Amino acid sequence: MTPALGKDLVGLEPLSADQIRLLLDTAEPFKEVSERTIKKVPALRGKTIVNLFFEASTRTRISFEFAEKRLSADTVNVAASGSSVSKGETLVDTAKNLEAMRIDMVVIRHGSSGAAQFLGQRIASNVINAGDGKHEHPTQALLDLLTLRDRFGRIEGLKVAICGDVLHSRVARSNIWGLTKLGAEVGVCGPPTLLPRNIRDLGVTILPRIEDAIQWADALNILRLQLERMQSGFIPSLREYNRVFGVTSERLARAPKDLLILHPGPMNRGVEIDSDVADGPHSVILPQVTNGVAVRMAVLYLLAGGMPGPGQAAGGEER
Amino acid sequence: MTIRTELLDERAIARALVRMASEIVERCRGTEDLVLVGIQRRGVELAYRIKRLIDKVEHGNIPCGKLDITLYRDDLQTIGPRPVVGETRLPELDDKTVVIVDDVLYTGRTVRAALDECADFGRPRRVLLCVLVDRGGRELPIQADIIGTSVSTTEADRVDVFVSELDGRDVVELVRGAE
Amino acid sequence: MRPILIRGGRVIDPSRGGDGIADLLLEGDRVSAVGRNIGEPDGAVVIDAAGMVVAPGFIDLHTHLREPGQEDLETMASGAMAAAAGGFSAVCAMPNTDPVTDNQAAVGFIVGQAQRAGKARVHPIGAISVGQKGQQLAEFGELVGAGAVAVSDDGKPVMSSHLMRTALEYARTFGIPVADHCEDMTLAQGGAMHEGLVSTRLGLKGIPSAAEEIMVARDIILAELTGGHVHLCHMSTRGSVELIRRAKEKGIRVTAEACPHHFSLTHEACEGYNTNAKMNPPLREAEDRAAVREGLRDGTIDVIATDHAPHHYDAKEREFDDAPNGIIGLETALGLAVTELVDGGILTLPEMIDRMSTTPARIFNLPGGTFATGAAGDVVVFDPAVEWEVRPEDFFSKSRNTPFRGRRLRGRAEVTIVRGEVVFDRAKGAPNGARR
Repeated sequence: MTPALGKDLVGLEPLSADQIRLLLDTAEPFKEVSERTIKKVPALRGKTIVNLFFEASTRTRISFEFAEKRLSADTVNVAASGSSVSKGETLVDTAKNLEAMRIDMVVIRHGSSGAAQFLGQRIASNVINAGDGKHEHPTQALLDLLTLRDRFGRIEGLKVAICGDVLHSRVARSNIWGLTKLGAEVGVCGPPTLLPRNIRDLGVTILPRIEDAIQWADALNILRLQLERMQSGFIPSLREYNRVFGVTSERLARAPKDLLILHPGPMNRGVEIDSDVADGPHSVILPQVTNGVAVRMAVLYLLAGGMPGPGQAAGGEER
Repeated sequence: MTIRTELLDERAIARALVRMASEIVERCRGTEDLVLVGIQRRGVELAYRIKRLIDKVEHGNIPCGKLDITLYRDDLQTIGPRPVVGETRLPELDDKTVVIVDDVLYTGRTVRAALDECADFGRPRRVLLCVLVDRGGRELPIQADIIGTSVSTTEADRVDVFVSELDGRDVVELVRGAE
Repeated sequence: MRPILIRGGRVIDPSRGGDGIADLLLEGDRVSAVGRNIGEPDGAVVIDAAGMVVAPGFIDLHTHLREPGQEDLETMASGAMAAAAGGFSAVCAMPNTDPVTDNQAAVGFIVGQAQRAGKARVHPIGAISVGQKGQQLAEFGELVGAGAVAVSDDGKPVMSSHLMRTALEYARTFGIPVADHCEDMTLAQGGAMHEGLVSTRLGLKGIPSAAEEIMVARDIILAELTGGHVHLCHMSTRGSVELIRRAKEKGIRVTAEACPHHFSLTHEACEGYNTNAKMNPPLREAEDRAAVREGLRDGTIDVIATDHAPHHYDAKEREFDDAPNGIIGLETALGLAVTELVDGGILTLPEMIDRMSTTPARIFNLPGGTFATGAAGDVVVFDPAVEWEVRPEDFFSKSRNTPFRGRRLRGRAEVTIVRGEVVFDRAKGAPNGARR
């Protein structure tokens, strides 16, 4: 039996392969719910969920909001600003206030690594990490895994190259954990200034140039070049980045296989990815978004359900 | 100490299903606008068997769907050891006579969840309930319209239904003192 | 003032190589005699030190006492008491207070507050630059005249090599060391912990070892150029230790200190985003810790200093990125030195006492560190074997930010004497009667 997920989803690093598979399997029926006319099931009816976003993010927040509403939960969006220091109320106080209002679940996105774990340790509500600093973005990696599994039928043995600003990317880290745990081979590709020095110790290969990645991989996960995170110039210019590392259709044309193109969004068209690639036949960027809602519904559903009940024999379920 | 008794063997199940199939057609005065919906998991197998029986006699092809009620349960905590939700795929329900098929009717909560879920897919003209075993012990005012067999049970008992498609054999057993 | 006779302890005086069971007599505020069976003078206080070690009081060259400016974290009084409880008869107070100790009056204030507290001695360290802004040289003459024993901009590095050169040259006039916090800010900026595998996994910006080593190299070169005495604060990397070793071989006037946390912990202590493991310079890798220990052993690193840095629990109870750097250390230093270094086979007890008392006194030209007749009457009587659990609630410091909570350590100060008076006696508890 797969061990329970626990109270919080802080990242993929603490999860076992079985637990990750459980999340992906649970997402499947939720895909179907989003195709119905009435896109709602009462599973989380009466639950209160707060989307606590300390960083602006329309896409992830909306995805979570749809997931919550389609599960019939009541949702509240809180757009808090910046760090404890700049906004005056500490994360601890925010947490205690939420708990005093008897919130069931909190989805948090924050600029500091460790913020989700910090919150989870201090409140009884379920805490779901929607991205903490440079640490992890587990639901993004889960939807990436689901999208890969949809296309390839498996994760094990797949060669996935994560391309771009790995140093500052929580999406990269979560993907590395998820992919390696499920048996894929992971490569990272980007300018050395944007790759962490110890990245090989996480079990990944370094692919020096984008051409190498295209030759090697079954799928490319192209990271957004995070302008807002770079504290000083790690690369000389966007133009140079596109010329040396951009995924263009000319480069893609030389791929030996039918490469799948993923991108967590939002895209910098013409920087890390060219428009015709993003809109082209190899891109699964939109299916990623669809899967995102289903994956988030699965996460909320499994965490809200808490511990599975005492073992029930086949056919002995309550009628 | 548990005592296991066989309620229906393979042949008894087959006979019951034949009778239930013809009762359905009789109650619905034919197969026009008739839709079968099986509840995951064994209800689905039984529904398909009933569909084949009806199709054979009536020379037709009635729509048959499957329904997983896990997301509509009223008890989120007892998800169970295998929390993966099964497939839901329904034909058009609007204005149809829907016959919900399940293996065992007990508290009635499963059927209540099934009714709620069907309502989210469309508005049937009429809904009937068809079960292989009615074991009593209702907690909600739900009744079965077509019944394979009835048996009186207590909370300490359990009714196990095995179908060859999933379990390799057809049998219905009563287990007394199962707790 | 009554004489004090400390009887029957193992008296260790690294300054003269003494190590044996003996008695120690203090008269007035001085060491009067060391020997066997010293006669008890009239009215003397007798301390039975059987089973204990009797050593010159420890001297901490690097402490942050937060007064003036942040008295809720620590005051001169609470800090001096914490020091005494840790076996320190003297501490040097870093100038990054609010306002900065960059003028005569500020130094005088510290001297006065320390006298009022009447516990461990507090030697003020003055700032290198006015306001520690790294631009204009502070008035070293005035600072020294008022009582400063060294200058430092600690808290911050001296980024300008020109300023560092000038400081080293100018300090020669007064015979004081210039203590530098070695950190290249352009490499370190925004970093929250050591740049390594742990920082990669936790998604925290790292401070590479190079940030420290670059400044260590620069300071050594400038010390050679100017003939001045540079003292390198809180060394943490194997590269730094190696650079210092080479410099000393060449006879350059460089001294260095290392903190107990750098010879006890590694960056793994930051797992789970433990803000009590966040300090600057950060905890490094196991090889760095080993190099620091070896450096203490072969004398490359001259002294053990605490870098005692009190912070409010509130301040540490936040996201790792936002939490302030620093941990307290006065009351765990001896325990960690005994448990990690002596029990760990790196130093003998006399060597440990040398690093914590004799050498600090020598390199900063301070009283104490020796039991020569007429030396300052600063003594620590400690139990080298007693096992105790670190419970921050019991500390005399006002702050509780330590990563060693719950840790069992061996070695603890029992009696601390400053200027011939008992300022701390564990058996008698705190001054207000509370047992600790």
